[in-house]
Amino acid sequence: MAETKNIMIVGVGGQGTLLTSRILGGIILTAGYDVKLSEVHGMAQRGGSVVTFVRYGEEVAEPIVEEGQADVLIAFERLEALRYAHFLKPDGALVVNDQRIDPITVVTGAADYPENIIAQLEKTYKVYSVDAAAEALKLGNSRVFNNVVLGVAARHMDFSKEDWLEVIANTVPPKTVDINQKAFLAGFEQ
Amino acid sequence: MSEKKIMLGNEAIARGAYEAGVKVSAAYPGTPSTEISENLVKYPEIYCEWSPNEKVAMEVAIGASISGVRAMASMKHVGFNVAADPMYTASYIGANGGLVAVVADDPGMYSSQNEQDTRQICRAAQVPVLEPSDSQEAKDFMKLAFELSERFDTPMVLRTTTRLAHSQGVVTLEDRVVPEDKAYERNIAKNVMMPANAIKRHVFVEQRLKDMAEAANTLDINKMIIKDTKIGFITSGIPYTYVKEVCPDASVLKLGMVHPLPKKLIEEFASKVDTLYIFEELEPVIEEQVRAWGIPCIGKEAFTVQGEYSANMIRKVVLKEDLQLNTPAEVPARPPLLCPGCPHRSVYTVLNKLKFHAAGDIGCYTLGAVAPLSVVDTTICMGASISSLHGMEMAKGKDYIKNWVAVIGDSTFMHTGVNSLMNMVYNQGTGTVIILDNSTTGMTGHQDHAATGKTLMGKTVPAINIYHLCKSMGIEHVIEINAFDIKELEKVIKEETARDEVSVIITKSPCALLKEVHFPNKCVPVPEKCKKCGMCLKPGCPALTKNEDGTISIDATMCNGCGLCKNLCPFDAIEEVAK
Repeated sequence: MAETKNIMIVGVGGQGTLLTSRILGGIILTAGYDVKLSEVHGMAQRGGSVVTFVRYGEEVAEPIVEEGQADVLIAFERLEALRYAHFLKPDGALVVNDQRIDPITVVTGAADYPENIIAQLEKTYKVYSVDAAAEALKLGNSRVFNNVVLGVAARHMDFSKEDWLEVIANTVPPKTVDINQKAFLAGFEQ
Repeated sequence: MSEKKIMLGNEAIARGAYEAGVKVSAAYPGTPSTEISENLVKYPEIYCEWSPNEKVAMEVAIGASISGVRAMASMKHVGFNVAADPMYTASYIGANGGLVAVVADDPGMYSSQNEQDTRQICRAAQVPVLEPSDSQEAKDFMKLAFELSERFDTPMVLRTTTRLAHSQGVVTLEDRVVPEDKAYERNIAKNVMMPANAIKRHVFVEQRLKDMAEAANTLDINKMIIKDTKIGFITSGIPYTYVKEVCPDASVLKLGMVHPLPKKLIEEFASKVDTLYIFEELEPVIEEQVRAWGIPCIGKEAFTVQGEYSANMIRKVVLKEDLQLNTPAEVPARPPLLCPGCPHRSVYTVLNKLKFHAAGDIGCYTLGAVAPLSVVDTTICMGASISSLHGMEMAKGKDYIKNWVAVIGDSTFMHTGVNSLMNMVYNQGTGTVIILDNSTTGMTGHQDHAATGKTLMGKTVPAINIYHLCKSMGIEHVIEINAFDIKELEKVIKEETARDEVSVIITKSPCALLKEVHFPNKCVPVPEKCKKCGMCLKPGCPALTKNEDGTISIDATMCNGCGLCKNLCPFDAIEEVAK
């Protein structure tokens, strides 16, 4: 792989984006690449907009993904997809969890939640949307929605199904391995 | 051992300390430094503690160093202000066992009240500074810091930034090597800083800095890489990675030690390149020194003193590239907010109803400044709520603060708030202090402190009782109350602020994110009873949303059943049902 691959995970603090970045980091290291991840901790985790950058390749210099550089943008929420879409490369893949979480500015009436976000994004970007909570609920636990989203995103990366499943098994709590793997496959084999 | 692992910058710092044979670590939590201690405690060989504040932590480390072992303290940049007092004099005392302070700056202020540059304090305190640029270097530099500390008889600072602290990279692990403890010998000329001794030690400190500046010319971590000589960068830390990303063929002087600076090396590098850029985040610390030496360079006139740097910044400013980026969509902001079930929301709802002002402090509860709660009027630094309220009273008289309170968390109260409260009592203030006691250090992710009854190393210990602590100061009216009992809380706040003496109200309700917090029920709307008055929406709980028709929905996955909205509803249009 000549070029460094740039992945972004965006969402709302508390949605569990850090778990997804841990799984990603794990699979990249298994494949023997150099990797850097950058996360947001602290105040923004309290329901704010959060971003994780993941970069991997032969040798990675900077730890962040910059505007116009992302190969894959994984958005756990629609509004966050819209907020960060301009980070994508022209041919980048935008994976969106079709969920709406109102920011406080919308709750208090200071702003409106934008309509038709997915349609709006599709005009400019290659969009792959998934109702991950519904998929996860079919498996019996809506909390594993992250891995459904990751499964969709994994179709735009070059790691094998077996490697993903193994890294998930090594990363999530032992009791939840089975349902997390199923959630991943629900997205991956969609 | 040559195992490779992905490590957070802070985790790598902890690993470096472990491999360097550190025996004592003390810290007060603060983003982005907290995970250093949380990772250190995983090594049972190291004694680790949460101290009540950074000054105490620094002094614990200094004491351990004097006794002859390798010791460290870690803190965020503003914590270094608190620790500055011992650090300035530790610079004179030097180190017996290696002594390192890890200080984390926050360019861009992801989780801080200011954007100060730690290197400025280090320059003033004449303490050398190392600055790593990735996780591997974080580990390696930590080890080197201990060696340099012992070799030059100096405390060292390892400076990080949020981006380094919270980025992960591949690290090669090595074994722990514990140097033999240094002998302790009574030496008052070195360890007792009274004037006659300090005068002599100051001479030593000046010479030490010169010696280190000389050594910096040949230090391995100050790397001169000569390639294309049209452009040269002097840089360090995370900004170095941006240079490497965009200009892999440019000449670079990468400084691992950013204070004191290597004059000969910088002069040599400058003489080899046509245009010299100084690429450093925050203050022009390197640039000012380079200019003072009469070396022409481009620095802050091209790059900002504010926020984080980026590779795109170099593409635009240095390479003059037209990046043709897509315009960001205009979208509603999503600021952080108090969690569903947060006890602070309940207290602020009452204060908001009473139209009170609050002198605020540092913690999650700073979020009470913004709409819809809009209660907190001031936020300065740790402990300042109580003392600044006292200052207002001394300026304008006791009637002026009758509709004011100070709000401060339990951990912040133990940090420095306790001093401010002593002052209010001693100088006969009449303020009302609300201690928002959620039994933890919340914002940084649940660290224990002296009033929680548990140590960093997991030991159960007697908790300092905040009620009795306040009582012992001679405060007659100290009231403990459940934060969610809004009727009683309103009554108590009215009563206590009416008094012409100091009162303390301790709202005792644990952080909603603590594992042991379980409300048995959850709240559900009863639409047929709803009069669409909007009372339940006033506290701004993120679990509640207003429907098109004016009724409300409650997100069952977010609601933790605190009952605040139910208790606010005048029409019983919200009920609690079993989870």
